Amino acid sequence: MIRLLGILIGFGFVLVATISLVNDSWLYFSEEHEESAEHRFHEHPRNFAFSTDGPFGAFDQQQLQRGFQVYREVCAGCHGINYVAFRNLDELGYNEAEIRKVASEFQVPDINPETGEPATRPGLPADRFPAPYPNEVAARAANNNALPPDLSLIVKARHGGDDYIASLLTGYRNPATYRNHDGEALPAENRPGQGLHFNPYFPNLNLAMPPPLTAGQVQYADGTQASVEQMAQDVSAFLTWTAEPNLQRRHRAGLAVVLFLLFACVLAYFAYKNVWAGAKRAVRATGPLDPENMAKTDAAKRDAGIEG
Amino acid sequence: MGFPWAQEYQPKSGFMRWIDQRLPLPRLVYGAVGGGYPVPRNLNHFWNFGVLAGVALAIQIVTGIVLAMHYNANADTAFASVEHIMRNVNQGWFLRYAHANGASFFFIVTYIHIFRGLYYGSYKAPREMVWLLGLVIFLLMMATAFMGYVLPWGQMSFWGAKVITGLFGAIPLVGEALQTWLLGSFAPDQSTLTRFFSLHYLLPFVIAGVIILHIWALHIPGSSNPTGVDVKGPQDTVPFHPYYTAKDGFALAIFMLLLAAVIFYAPNYLGHADNYIPANPLATPAEIVPEWYFWPFYAILRAFTVDFILPAKLWGVIAMFGSIVLLFFLSWLDPSPVRSGNYRPTFRIFFWILIVDVIVLGYCGGKPAEQPYVMISQLATIYYFAHFLIILPILSHVERTLPLPNSISESVLHGEAEEAAPYGTPSRGAQPQPQPQPAH
Repeated sequence: MIRLLGILIGFGFVLVATISLVNDSWLYFSEEHEESAEHRFHEHPRNFAFSTDGPFGAFDQQQLQRGFQVYREVCAGCHGINYVAFRNLDELGYNEAEIRKVASEFQVPDINPETGEPATRPGLPADRFPAPYPNEVAARAANNNALPPDLSLIVKARHGGDDYIASLLTGYRNPATYRNHDGEALPAENRPGQGLHFNPYFPNLNLAMPPPLTAGQVQYADGTQASVEQMAQDVSAFLTWTAEPNLQRRHRAGLAVVLFLLFACVLAYFAYKNVWAGAKRAVRATGPLDPENMAKTDAAKRDAGIEG
Repeated sequence: MGFPWAQEYQPKSGFMRWIDQRLPLPRLVYGAVGGGYPVPRNLNHFWNFGVLAGVALAIQIVTGIVLAMHYNANADTAFASVEHIMRNVNQGWFLRYAHANGASFFFIVTYIHIFRGLYYGSYKAPREMVWLLGLVIFLLMMATAFMGYVLPWGQMSFWGAKVITGLFGAIPLVGEALQTWLLGSFAPDQSTLTRFFSLHYLLPFVIAGVIILHIWALHIPGSSNPTGVDVKGPQDTVPFHPYYTAKDGFALAIFMLLLAAVIFYAPNYLGHADNYIPANPLATPAEIVPEWYFWPFYAILRAFTVDFILPAKLWGVIAMFGSIVLLFFLSWLDPSPVRSGNYRPTFRIFFWILIVDVIVLGYCGGKPAEQPYVMISQLATIYYFAHFLIILPILSHVERTLPLPNSISESVLHGEAEEAAPYGTPSRGAQPQPQPQPAH
């Protein structure tokens, strides 16, 4: 009865799914398909070599400091890193005095201790980086109705991570002269509208952020040439740190844990083989080794043609 | 303790005798997972995964309880509290990554455990109750995992909650009221978050309770084995301890190694980038996808695109829940007395098609709802239902199965195949035996 009912219900589901399949295939094959411009012109992120790549990846403090400098002088005008505190900068190799100095250059929101009115004061190491705008409305008002996202987690919040950020920052192209891999020019309807900028690494090709980096825009303290490529990679490395400050600790701890567990696997393997060595071929009755069980074991071994 | 197979426990010391007489816990342990529980000697490594699933649950409970000490179930601060765990709590990043990836590994080992049950006929008599309780655990796991994914209150959390509870909205008449009742509001909100947190904390303990029933029910007939032949005598078994504790120990070490590799080196690989964006009810993500372990079911949901008597969305919902509900009837849909797929050559072919089919469904479920993925998932959905509801019931009547070995020990010794049963070959010197003995 259950089987009969099952077969009936089965045919029901198969029928309805088949109707959907036939309908969808009809629609699919009777129409012309043209890949959308977003598909044809969208580029996957370039592959950059970051010091954090791979299982042994670690932070390059020099690069993080350069990236922080780019963030501070270029990005911080519009983008916050609200989950990062000034005190965290010690992981970039800054000493306490330097951190105090950096913090004091930012104004953080507070309350006037005398009047209770909202006020600002210079930041302290315990403060987090303040958001550049007091709220979303202010941010949109200042940016042509676009909202600059907080960058603390941006590397983990985008497919492609650090490669994507660096690709995007270096990926602005002139829409009038751009040709994709097939040598095709950008269709007019996909050209950037008012206040938008063409960038093939951005999923829908046009984004509100104008090209933020120009060569020589920052003066690196360590004398590195501030090319757009260099700054893009430095700031991406910095944003990898803001998104995953424990990355280096994680990789190091992982090495110890994996080595330990490899060793545990070897031990467990030999323990397993050792325990089973006797049972592989010899047949053994379970239970207490009383005469009855021993006799069963012997009989089983005889039947199986095993000695001993 | 009521396990018909268990050997009599004989305390080795006066102390244990003293305890045993007052609280027979040593007796229970000895009979359940100790030297007193005889287990078929030919179990292969697929029989490790039940223990691994239990360990995975333990990992989830331990990491989850500590995470709950730092997490904040408040729609305004939940996302920030997760970042607080990642940045400021000592080893908080490890706890969170272990919990998030532990969930994935829980599903990986559970899916392999279900795979084992499907191939070796573990759902057949006399183990139907083990199978049914296992499915209850699976459903509870899915509910727990879904609610857990909502807690970080990222974009995928929010929109996943909206889409999944929206499924209940497809039910005629009561749907919308039901959805509002589930969410506690008209869209995922503070009330949704707090109730999901409460249930997410509760359900793992319910799962633990059902696992006890699952193991209890298992200990009545005892474990099945790769031949599917019943245990005939003591020569067919080895005591659970030390043989299977040692074997499970090895499997556990491998499991931990793989889990650690993901936690430490690819902790976000199985997640979705959008969940690092705080929930925003005003911005729909480009594509809403659940966690990977729901993808096959998500593909079935989206495969129904035509209104036929019922609205397409309702068909999708019915089919998605039906794809799991039908598993509850599996023991009766497939009455073939031969349990193991090793001795069912035709079943084996359809079984492997099913496995490929489910993987295809999973692949399509993770893709956006556009062609050709929808058509592929429709094809795969058709096979999924046909397999369980049409092919299996008919096959179990018409299939010519291979002769079974006379006993487990014979199959073990034949050809020195170690623990694995020989693959559907007639036993040496034995008459071909088309049907096995009735189980009980």
